[in-house]
Amino acid sequence: MSLLSLSGLSVRRGARVVLNEATLDIGAGECVGLIGPNGAGKTTLMRAALGLLPHLGTSSLARMPAAARARAAAWLPQTRDIAWPVSVERLVTLGRLPHLRPGQAPGPDDRAAVAQVLERLDLAGFADRPATDLSGGEQARVLIARALVQDTPLILADEPVAGLDPAHQLTTMQTFRALADDGKAALVALHDLGLALRYCTRLVMLQAGRVVADGPPRKVLTAGRVAQVFGITALMLDSAEGPVFQPLAVTGATEGDS
Amino acid sequence: MSRALALLGLLVAGLFAASLLVGPAGLPPGASLRALVSGEGATGLVMREIRLPRAILGAAIGAGLGMAGAAMQGYLRNPLAEPGLIGVSGSAALGAVLALHTGLAAAFALALPLMALAGAGLGVGLVMALAGPRGGSLTLILAGIAISALAGALTSLVLNLSPNPWAAGEIVFWMMGSLADRSMSHVALALPFLLAGIALLATLGRGLDALTLGEDAAASLGIRMARLRLGVVIGTALVVGAGTAVAGAIGFVGLVVPHVLRPLVGAAPGRLLWASALGGAAMLLAADIAVRVVLPEQDLKLGVLTALVGAPVFLHLIYRMRRALA
Repeated sequence: MSLLSLSGLSVRRGARVVLNEATLDIGAGECVGLIGPNGAGKTTLMRAALGLLPHLGTSSLARMPAAARARAAAWLPQTRDIAWPVSVERLVTLGRLPHLRPGQAPGPDDRAAVAQVLERLDLAGFADRPATDLSGGEQARVLIARALVQDTPLILADEPVAGLDPAHQLTTMQTFRALADDGKAALVALHDLGLALRYCTRLVMLQAGRVVADGPPRKVLTAGRVAQVFGITALMLDSAEGPVFQPLAVTGATEGDS
Repeated sequence: MSRALALLGLLVAGLFAASLLVGPAGLPPGASLRALVSGEGATGLVMREIRLPRAILGAAIGAGLGMAGAAMQGYLRNPLAEPGLIGVSGSAALGAVLALHTGLAAAFALALPLMALAGAGLGVGLVMALAGPRGGSLTLILAGIAISALAGALTSLVLNLSPNPWAAGEIVFWMMGSLADRSMSHVALALPFLLAGIALLATLGRGLDALTLGEDAAASLGIRMARLRLGVVIGTALVVGAGTAVAGAIGFVGLVVPHVLRPLVGAAPGRLLWASALGGAAMLLAADIAVRVVLPEQDLKLGVLTALVGAPVFLHLIYRMRRALA
């Protein structure tokens, strides 16, 4: 079953084309890593897919009414915005809004869902703390919890592991992978290619606004493409613990540079 | 939380009663309340035609300003925002000042509030046209600042061109804001707009709560941002326009009240709406009682008092915030 279907999705900013005819389908059970250097169009692709940006082409999500879309896909932006010192529990409960009728207050089911996600993300002890008092990495995990509690078939996350300590980077990626294994799906923008290789079921590589590769991680992340798109050389090993990817050196200009 | 709201409600009820019972006529409380119900005699006239409209306007305008302040701070995600930011109070004041200057206000009692309402309507129309249909909160603030500046300049021009010092003095005193000598026809004119504005703002709680996470995340939670912005602007314009039309410019209520009450509701912007409505009503009723008690002979202006009280409270809050950040 397709949870997100993009066809010829393009975004212009002034005269510049920042996303050029992106076409892809994401189905249940996939944990898709969206990779590419800075400015390749990862965030633009996700925002346009959600209908948050004016775009050409079609996105199945952007065409839905706002309320239905909020039950079909959760969005975790890269900017970690928490405007008021509300408690962690209250902030995470905001993720239940799409499931409440107008004027309806969160019920016992919603509170149970929030408690469960807080427990899963190792945040139960923070429930009553003002969210603005937490450290950057803790806030990031609270916002992941908010997106998870929305309980949608698809979750789009923009660099969710940036700024997290190694343990929480691993548990966060495990969380996204577990969603996929449970029959849901995730589209995750990542800069850590090692994590992308280990945890994603599929990688989509962007360069200068174009999808240049799309497929199983080992097929997408070849030495040639790593050099061409990211401008680096890397050590890629198959260890007993799974694939390992370690960037080694900068090779110079990439093909996308102008 | 509901206990805090109940306490605020009791406070408003008490201040409303006190507002009915305090005045230069020095009437005994029991007789006053009986006369209010029966409407008989001179006491009945004072109660029904002088004190009742004053108390109703104080409560309704205060509630509107408090709620609009909470909505504006929630929408802009900034504790320093206030309802005057979108230029409505400035343009309403310009309408009123024009009514005073042209003599329309002297010719026809409701000309001033009607002109002020027209000014508010025109101001909000211009702000929305300037801000555009899709823009975020930044274009709205900039448009509001531009319209405020324009209305302020035109108000100064009218003052500049006033034929004599008394005409200028009348305008200046009006702009300080007051609830003295307002009649039931003022209530009939302003109350529908105030109630409509409060009803509209009260529906925005969920959107404002979601905005805690930023505009992008709120939109992805199913909040229609363009509609939320329209609700904030129209609701604020209704209460600020109607309030300015009958009471003049009353500052600091919309800024200070949400700020003071925020910790009481766990900082949730949606719950702050009703708390600020009650808090605003309490603050304005208390201030309006104070102007009658502190300097009864001097006609102390309400807007002057709210600023005198509001500014130090605000300074104290800033001081506390600075310590919390240090």
